[in-house]
Amino acid sequence: MLKIENLETFYGNIQALKGIDLHIEDGEIVTLIGANGAGKTTTLMSISGVVPPRNGKIILNGKDITGTAADDIVSMGLIQVPEGRRIFSELSVAENLDMGAFLRNDAAEIKRDMEYVYQLFPILAERRHQHGGTLSGGEQQMLAISRALMAKPKILLLDEPSLGLAPIIVQQIFDIIKKINQEQGTTVFLVEQNANQALKIAHKGYVMETGRITMSDTASNLLADDEVKKAYLGI
Amino acid sequence: MSNTSTEQANRFISLKDIKKSSFIALWFMFLTFPIMVIKVNTVNNTVEWRWANMIIIGVASFILSHVWRLFMNRRDGKLSDEQKGGQTVEKLTLRQKLDQKPVVAKSLSYAVLVLAIIFPLISGMYQTSIMITALLYVVLALGLNIMIGLSGLLVLGYIVFYGVGAYTYALLNLHFGVNFWVALPIGGIFAMIIGILIAIPVLRLQGDYLAIVTLAFGEIFRIVLENWNDLSFGPSGIANIPRPTIFGLDLNVSQATNLTYFIVLAFVLVTIFVIKRLEDSRIGRSLVAMREDEIASEAMGIDMGKTKLVAFALSTFWAGVAGVIFAGKTTFINPSSFTMWESILVLCMVVLGGMGSIPGAIVGALIITLLPEYLRAFSEYRMVIFGVVLVLVMVFKPDGMIPSIRQKYEFKKKPESNMKEAE
Ligand SMILES: Nc1ncnc2c1ncn2[C@@H]1O[C@H](COP(=O)(O)OP(=O)(O)O)[C@@H](O)[C@H]1O
Ligand SMILES: [Mg+2]
Repeated sequence: MLKIENLETFYGNIQALKGIDLHIEDGEIVTLIGANGAGKTTTLMSISGVVPPRNGKIILNGKDITGTAADDIVSMGLIQVPEGRRIFSELSVAENLDMGAFLRNDAAEIKRDMEYVYQLFPILAERRHQHGGTLSGGEQQMLAISRALMAKPKILLLDEPSLGLAPIIVQQIFDIIKKINQEQGTTVFLVEQNANQALKIAHKGYVMETGRITMSDTASNLLADDEVKKAYLGI
Repeated sequence: MSNTSTEQANRFISLKDIKKSSFIALWFMFLTFPIMVIKVNTVNNTVEWRWANMIIIGVASFILSHVWRLFMNRRDGKLSDEQKGGQTVEKLTLRQKLDQKPVVAKSLSYAVLVLAIIFPLISGMYQTSIMITALLYVVLALGLNIMIGLSGLLVLGYIVFYGVGAYTYALLNLHFGVNFWVALPIGGIFAMIIGILIAIPVLRLQGDYLAIVTLAFGEIFRIVLENWNDLSFGPSGIANIPRPTIFGLDLNVSQATNLTYFIVLAFVLVTIFVIKRLEDSRIGRSLVAMREDEIASEAMGIDMGKTKLVAFALSTFWAGVAGVIFAGKTTFINPSSFTMWESILVLCMVVLGGMGSIPGAIVGALIITLLPEYLRAFSEYRMVIFGVVLVLVMVFKPDGMIPSIRQKYEFKKKPESNMKEAE
């Protein structure tokens, strides 16, 4: 589904990605774990065309999308939920969702999808007329995910959805991610620092350190790996 | 609980306040010493020491500073009251009260409309002419509001597009005898084209940089007009631009002024209507989304470049049309009508009224154009009073006189109409 070869991205002359290879199959949940500043966000930004890479290839469904504009990539069904939620605080919940469907014109289906996300997160339905900025952190994350779902993703890129949330909310968010993957068949690429939770719902995992992939294996193997345990699971 | 804080706010004198005010008084006495106290008498070659002035300044600045502090305390007290009160004792602004009573709000706006329509009939030509200028600025403020309030693009040289409209009409009329009504849309479209041409190179700029570059464009525009004699006749400008007429009638000055007034009024209404529709449309919301978070917008597939161009195009059109009307009203234009000062004035209107708010832009424009007019009695002090009013509003109403309340998106109530608008 998504294949990344030797991806290199720079901020000015600082190299944030030093040749990354990733492979994500259709219907999988793949997680990318790593410490702060490892380059996880940069990886997602490069894939979704917001920060174009300098070298390497991004292949989506057999098509080379390197250098394609961000909005074209969205219309191909690759949607990112950016780090820190970044919901539109002065737009209402429903308007935020409508912005997710910005490139779509199928009114009836947009409405159906909106009902679907309200079903996933009933609290959003309750707050549909409230401004995004007035939601709690957990609700904002739910809104950010829902907004991305409104774009009809074939592959969903999530950047640290658990960041700054209470454990019980984190659990809820991860359950929903799993549910979206199973019910909708949406492929999920999950970037996390919360390695334990992420590896538990993922099929496959990558470990990243200072712009490089240092490990890749099935999620269960990584969970059992001594080094991963020491560095990321705090065991 | 609100009692304690209002008591605090109302306390008239505290030691700390007196200290601060005394310090400010001393500082002002020191600052104004050279001009207010020392006076060189050039006839006798002596120096006069006017110590009385120093005392007056000291006392005046002490009192002013004290009154100022008192008001600030009140304001802060009010703020903390509101925070404490939460949902229970929420104080409603006038706007919110009006929103809750749509009948009152509606009849109020109809009353204003009727008043606006009969205005030229009950007042003289001079007043009508002032009101035309005020309404032209209302259009400018509404147009700039799309850029600044809605889209968050800090554009400073907005008056350029007004100038483009005015010169479009003047030149088309001069060379091709194009009449007012034909020039009206052409002026708007031409301003839009110039807007897009300016927008393309500045697409990647944000915030202060965008402000500086557009300010520079504004100055370049004026300097070009002043020096390109073959095109614009330089500083001497273009005279004898025909006033608008209707049905080929031969109108005298007073009738033409009244006609212009009604044209502007109609145009203001059209502008308000279109901008209101825009705000509730998907394009309008994408402008707000861009203002709030460019990265999130991009992640949702909203192309920043296209959206900025849309903002420029939607905003500059109004200035162009207003410019055509302006040329028709004054019958004479030259570059001095389109200086940086004018751009800043329009910006003040938007900020004073409340960014992103339609009634705010209207009130802001009316205050800023009409206040100096009616303060003429105070002649040289009018700009000082004007400045003080601006500062006071910004201190006590930092969001502007009528802050924007973004319309809520009622998906459930009327799904059909909303979905249509969304396209
Ligand atoms: N906008 C930026 N400009 C310059 N350097 C950046 C920028 N964003 C991130 N970086 C740098 O790139 C590296 C990777 O950052 P990031 O992708 O945000 O890491 P992560 O998401 O894994 O915490 C860091 O060294 C960071 O300092
Ligand atoms: Mg990150």
